[in-house]
Amino acid sequence: MIDLDDIDRAILRKLVTDATLGTGQVARDLGMSQPATWRRVRRLEEAGILGGRRILLDKQALGFGVTVFLGVKLATKGRVSLEDFERAVTAIPEVQTVEHVLGLYDYRLRIVARDLPDFERVLRRRIMTLPGIGEVEANVLLSEERLPGPLG
Amino acid sequence: MQITDTDRRLLRQLMAAPNDTTAALAERAGVTPSTAARRLEKLSQNKVLLGQERVINWAALGFAVQVSLRITLDKTDPRAFDEMLGAARGVPEVIEIQTFLGRVDLRLQVLARDMAHYQEVYRTRILALPHITDIEALMHVATIKDDEALPL
Repeated sequence: MIDLDDIDRAILRKLVTDATLGTGQVARDLGMSQPATWRRVRRLEEAGILGGRRILLDKQALGFGVTVFLGVKLATKGRVSLEDFERAVTAIPEVQTVEHVLGLYDYRLRIVARDLPDFERVLRRRIMTLPGIGEVEANVLLSEERLPGPLG
Repeated sequence: MQITDTDRRLLRQLMAAPNDTTAALAERAGVTPSTAARRLEKLSQNKVLLGQERVINWAALGFAVQVSLRITLDKTDPRAFDEMLGAARGVPEVIEIQTFLGRVDLRLQVLARDMAHYQEVYRTRILALPHITDIEALMHVATIKDDEALPL
C-alpha cells in the first residue's frame, strides 16, 4: 500500500468527479507541471487505487425510470447453490450490481427497469425463478448521491 | 431528445469500453466515425451523456471494511429526511447516500480501515446522526458484478 500526500488526494478528487479531464487540465488546476501530474496519475493507477472509468448517463432520458435495490436471502445454502445463484443472477441484463453481504440478507442487487410493471416482470420472471432464491425485499430508489469519501 | 437505435448502440459500446477512441466505438457500433462523433456530441449537449468518473478502489487505499447501513427514520418529524441527509453528508467515511420507498428509508455506504475503526465510526459518528429509529447493517463480503451498465 502506498502513502498518499495532499497532492495525490487532490488529483483523486478531481478525477473521481470528472474522468474526462486530461492530465494537462488537472496540472493547470493544481498549479503543477504536466509531467509531474502524469507521473502521479500513473503511480495511482499502478497501485490499483485509480480504477476504471464509469460512464454517467441520464437513466430517465434513456427510458429507465425505476431503480430498485433488492435484499435477497437464499433458501438453501452450500457451495454449489451459491455458485449457481451467482452465475444465474449476473446473467440478467437488468441486474446492474450483485454484492455478497453478511447480515440479514445474503446478496444485495441493484436493478434497473423501465417502469414499475417492467420491474414486476423482471422480479417474477427472472429473480423469483433464480436457483436457491428465498426471501426477497425490495426498496425503490428515490434519490442517490455519491460523496468523495475520506479523500477530503 | 429522441434517442435512436444508433445512439443506443454507441452508448452500449461506450459503456463496455469507456477508454476506446471514437473511431473504435464507431467501428463496433457499425457507423462512420463522423456519425459517431456527431451523435455522442449531441447526447452530451442534451445531457443524456453526463460524463465519466473514475472508480476508486478503496481497499487499495487501506479501507478494507465496507458496510451498508439500512436506516429507518422517525417520520413524525417533517424535517427528519433533510436533517439526516445534511448530517450524513458531513461524515467523511460515508461514500453513498440513497433514499428509498420501501421498508427502509435510507441507506449509507460506510468505509472503515478495519473493524476497530468501523466500531469507532459507528459509535461516534453514525449513532450521532439525527432521527434514527432503527439501523440494520450488511457487511460487504465480495462484489460479484459491478458494471452499472444499462440494458440498452
